[in-house]
Amino acid sequence: MNAPMELARRHRLQWWEALPWIAALACFFAFPNYLAFGTQVLVTILFALSLDLVLGYAGIVTLGHAAFFGAGAYTVGMMAMHWGWNEPLSGLLAAALVAGAIGLASGLVLLRTQGLALLMLTLCTMALLEQAANMGAEWTGGFDGMPGLSFGKIFGLFGFDVLYYKSQYLYALATLLICFLAVRTLVYSSFGQSLTGIRENLLRMHAVGAPVRARQVIAYTISAALAGVAGALFAQANGYVNLAVLGLERSAGVLIVLILGGYGRLYGAFVGAIAYMLLEHLLAKAYPTAWQLGLGVTLIVVALFARNGVIGMFDALRRRFGGTRT
Amino acid sequence: MDLNSLISILLGGMAAGMVLFIVSVGLSVTMGLMGFVNLAHGAFAMLGGYAIVLSMRHWGLPFPAALAFGFVAVATVSVVFERLLYAPLYRARELDQVLLTIGLNFALIAAVTLGVGPETQTVQLPGWLSGQTDLGLLQYRTYSLVLIVAGTVLMLALLFGFERTRIGARIRAAVDNRRMAQSMGVDVGRLFTLTFALGSGLAAVGGGLGAEILGLDPQYPFRYLVYFLIVVAVGGLGRISGVFFAAILIGVLDFVLKIYFPKGGTLFIYALTLILLLARPQGLFGKKGS
Repeated sequence: MNAPMELARRHRLQWWEALPWIAALACFFAFPNYLAFGTQVLVTILFALSLDLVLGYAGIVTLGHAAFFGAGAYTVGMMAMHWGWNEPLSGLLAAALVAGAIGLASGLVLLRTQGLALLMLTLCTMALLEQAANMGAEWTGGFDGMPGLSFGKIFGLFGFDVLYYKSQYLYALATLLICFLAVRTLVYSSFGQSLTGIRENLLRMHAVGAPVRARQVIAYTISAALAGVAGALFAQANGYVNLAVLGLERSAGVLIVLILGGYGRLYGAFVGAIAYMLLEHLLAKAYPTAWQLGLGVTLIVVALFARNGVIGMFDALRRRFGGTRT
Repeated sequence: MDLNSLISILLGGMAAGMVLFIVSVGLSVTMGLMGFVNLAHGAFAMLGGYAIVLSMRHWGLPFPAALAFGFVAVATVSVVFERLLYAPLYRARELDQVLLTIGLNFALIAAVTLGVGPETQTVQLPGWLSGQTDLGLLQYRTYSLVLIVAGTVLMLALLFGFERTRIGARIRAAVDNRRMAQSMGVDVGRLFTLTFALGSGLAAVGGGLGAEILGLDPQYPFRYLVYFLIVVAVGGLGRISGVFFAAILIGVLDFVLKIYFPKGGTLFIYALTLILLLARPQGLFGKKGS
């Protein structure tokens, strides 16, 4: 097969790409008692996927991605609390718009810098939003956040509440599927290819005349909007919003999820989120300190020896033992 | 506002700024030297704080001796970390460095929680440090005054070492242009190990000295990480006097804001840092292009 055909084929949907979704549906029937947890996993996957777009594809290292997650969560929270607007789908849309707007505004200015300054600026943006949420107690509930939010039915039909785990799970799954297809289309488009180019060789992309800054800002904005959707899902599923949605721990957490799974490869977010959330669920409650220690050591080992995450390790094994197919 | 309260606010802010300076100065130099994003610097300060507090409690070391012990202990440990963990990643991507040091934070926090416990530790200051001193206009806490003097002396000593000694000249050369310095025969790797040890030791001393002001518990590294990084970013990489003034600026600002806007006053610090870094990505005192 010649190279162009091979390239074109690479981006077509493969049969195995249906497997995760079938597995997710199988989980729906197999583990009816764990659907609340399943929803959390789905939210984390979406959040990690949004980070993958900036970190894995555009190569922008950020420590402040929770800013957009939090913006989305607070958007649906405040709409439900103050305006009584608790229709879930329009809530997601509003969250995407607000988080995307923040992403666009901050991206326009932040992305002029790089390296340490960029890292610091993303951190400061998040800390700024966190403090704003802390200060504006009348609107945001301040330190206590907004507990006890309730949301309306999906399409006016399916009850959607902390008590309705089944519809919640399917709702999150459907949202994730739509967002995933959007991201997949995006990264395999010429736009996505140019993002990869910017990540791999900034200088050359400038030299060939690619609009580097504009591409980065667009990717940052889309990613922010997706993170906002993830945050909104989080708020709707849990029925509360508090300052923890905006913290450094959440930013670091999602970074860890994505890195463990492998970044810049779409499915890394899935692998990482499932592995991380399962381990956390099993270990963190019982042995919080040992969990933290294990997490720290794992990160150190990953940074030193397995820079492409779990999927990357399998790829390396396959290359070593599975012949030439890549 | 009368003069006395103005002075006491300034002094309190400066004392906090000195702690920030002592902890952050090493971070500034090591980041400037290698461009290594070391997010675990706060964890070294925490380790030092614990070494100091515990050596005083269990071995009965006097405060100054405990500070020296903390410096030596953490400097030694940091060299081990530097050789084993940091060195392989000098040429790696920023992201790997971020991961490594976040992981180190987690591991050290957990190790301290397991070994010592999650509760807040307090430093037993010796009698001659815990009283008040008459400054003529007002009485002020001796300890804060000692901090201010100690920080200033340290800054001058470091500045002298940096500007007037051969090693200092090498460090400055390597910060400005690593490759050029290397081709002139400067062993940047060894230089880095040296400054890393010194910087981590100073962070340890800062952790012990600052336990009175910043507190000391296992969550210390993440709680103050943003502050240390802001000081470094505002001060400029590898600029000792820059870090000094930035630390005082932020210490005083934070002190004032905590008094007048107890809820979320730090918002302004973040906002100011944001604006400053947008206007001058190299920091307030940094050189362009470094």
